[in-house]
Amino acid sequence: MEFFIQILIAAVVMGTPLLFATLGGVISERAGVINLGMEGLMLVGALVAFVVMLNTENYFYAVAAAALASGLVSIIHGVVCLMLRASQIASGLALTFFGTGLSGLFGDKLMGETVEPLSRIPIPGLHAIPVLGPVLFNHDVLVYFSYVCVGLSWWLLYKTRLGLNIRSMGEAPEVCDSLGLSVMAYRFFAVIAGGMLIGIGGAYFPLALTPFWVDGITGGRGWIAVALVIFAFWDPVKALGGAYLFGLALALELRLQILGIDISPYFLKMLPFVLTILVLTLVTIRNNRRGIQVMPAALGKVFFRGEKH
Amino acid sequence: MRKLISIMISVTLTLLLVGGTAWAGKPSVGFVYVGPVGDGGWTHAHDLGRKALEAAGHETSYVESVPEGDSERVIRKMARKHDIVFTTSFGYMDPTLKVAKQYPDKTFLHCSGFKQGKNMGNYFGRMYQAKYLAAMIGAGMSKKGRIGIVGSQPIPEIIRHINAITLGAQQVNPNIEVEVLWINSWFDPAKESDAAQALIDNGADVIVTMADSAATVQTSKKNGVYAIGNDTDMAIYGKEAHLTAAVWNWDVYYLAAVKAVENGTWKPGSDWWGLDSGIVGLTSFHPDVPQALIVQMNREKGRILSGATDVFDHGFTKQDGTRVTKALSDGEMLGMSYYVKGIISKAPSS
Repeated sequence: MEFFIQILIAAVVMGTPLLFATLGGVISERAGVINLGMEGLMLVGALVAFVVMLNTENYFYAVAAAALASGLVSIIHGVVCLMLRASQIASGLALTFFGTGLSGLFGDKLMGETVEPLSRIPIPGLHAIPVLGPVLFNHDVLVYFSYVCVGLSWWLLYKTRLGLNIRSMGEAPEVCDSLGLSVMAYRFFAVIAGGMLIGIGGAYFPLALTPFWVDGITGGRGWIAVALVIFAFWDPVKALGGAYLFGLALALELRLQILGIDISPYFLKMLPFVLTILVLTLVTIRNNRRGIQVMPAALGKVFFRGEKH
Repeated sequence: MRKLISIMISVTLTLLLVGGTAWAGKPSVGFVYVGPVGDGGWTHAHDLGRKALEAAGHETSYVESVPEGDSERVIRKMARKHDIVFTTSFGYMDPTLKVAKQYPDKTFLHCSGFKQGKNMGNYFGRMYQAKYLAAMIGAGMSKKGRIGIVGSQPIPEIIRHINAITLGAQQVNPNIEVEVLWINSWFDPAKESDAAQALIDNGADVIVTMADSAATVQTSKKNGVYAIGNDTDMAIYGKEAHLTAAVWNWDVYYLAAVKAVENGTWKPGSDWWGLDSGIVGLTSFHPDVPQALIVQMNREKGRILSGATDVFDHGFTKQDGTRVTKALSDGEMLGMSYYVKGIISKAPSS
């Protein structure tokens, strides 16, 4: 039982950076802008969080600076694919290379520095609940903040006018435009807000998981998040389940070995991606039968004002 | 006009001649790395060797984080640019051989593999000797009698190191238990950290990592247990936990190999240098390590240095209970795929 709980705790911990990044991706893609630059944005967030933490020893400043920095870098993505109308795919990939290179360049001098990782703060009362308590309510503040972000993203997207507009931008930007809404402004907002969340996901690495700087600290998790956005069907609440499921896959790869269960590591490694393809296929088949469209209809499409489609 | 053309032709020929026969100065050296130079482990150690070449007046360059599956392109690029190319990951073996055939006038050296060609050799160090000695310190410092190993990729090299660690630990504590968790990656800090945590949760109080980052040292520090570093000195990441590290000193080899090529004495072969050459070694010890333990380890170290013993030459028992009595040949060590007795985890199936 203890072992089982430890697996679930590890799943939440490993899933948290994925969750932040996925939420960021969901918000951006809901507005119709694909973001393949997640890995780069996470690395920028990780680097900035580490540097600020090293100099101020203040977690709040570190997280805020990471969000700000990734938000700023996202503006590049916005300018390139919203203002200059370049391909979102190419711009996103370029963003990844940019972020990876940038973090490596500035991180070079940080080798050997360490920071104090975030400590666990059990939530009074809730942490005593059997199983759920230790698994969900005995973590560091960033994990709790990720719960809040899930709620906030959901509320923003489904319960506010702003969210309705953001979602509409991803479905039918030309309609929004004809209603007098600025497609550019809403999409920029979503890209920057999404970028900030992705940056916080990156910050989780040096602030909690591996409290030092090492080149490529995210270990390619940004790419898993790209898959997760699709896996979660562009929904913040499903992103929560998806991130923990992928976190569980990461945690299981190690724990199954402890149990002596012989499953090919290559199988476990591809599991998140196979799951994504499988769920996507099954749900798409089901939705096609019912005539539902889950993917934002205008996702990845360049919007030209005043042109007919 | 005719004069001009003839001058141009002669200049071109001279240049070709100069370029084809002799180096303008010292040979230039290219490196292909599997990880980033800032990994603080494997690649970082190689890059320190490259810097030593640079200090010795060689022109060098490197490409980092080259995926093994996409390395041929990069190796070819380096071959065009440099006289000597070092490729520093097991998976670069076949691509290196292929490119070596295409550039017969360049020298290629591949680290940790076994294939050779007319102008390609391979090299490695007997890291298992250093791991063996480091494990003696680890076993002496384990109160629970349990060492946890974070394995990287399950290939013979790493399995050999894990076995050497187990045999070394048994020199100090014959009943030591060794548990291994494979992260199936060379470099994934978050997962390395999680693996260390899982091993500690399961009872280990000394963690040895085979992976490239210092994440395990950090995690050990957080949990108040000891750790042994890999490839480079990782004490800066958590000196409270860091017992010692088995490290590479690649400069020893790189300087010698490049010198041999420069002097024209280099021949393709398999260089597998040991503790005595200085290519591998241990870093300074944690202040908690008792002097008696260091003395015991040094005695064994002296025996290895004098050639009186090696790790796999005086008999051991495999995990399945069969007894090995003969000394293992280099070939048998290079192809090791079984665990020795004392490891409680199941050997990876390949």
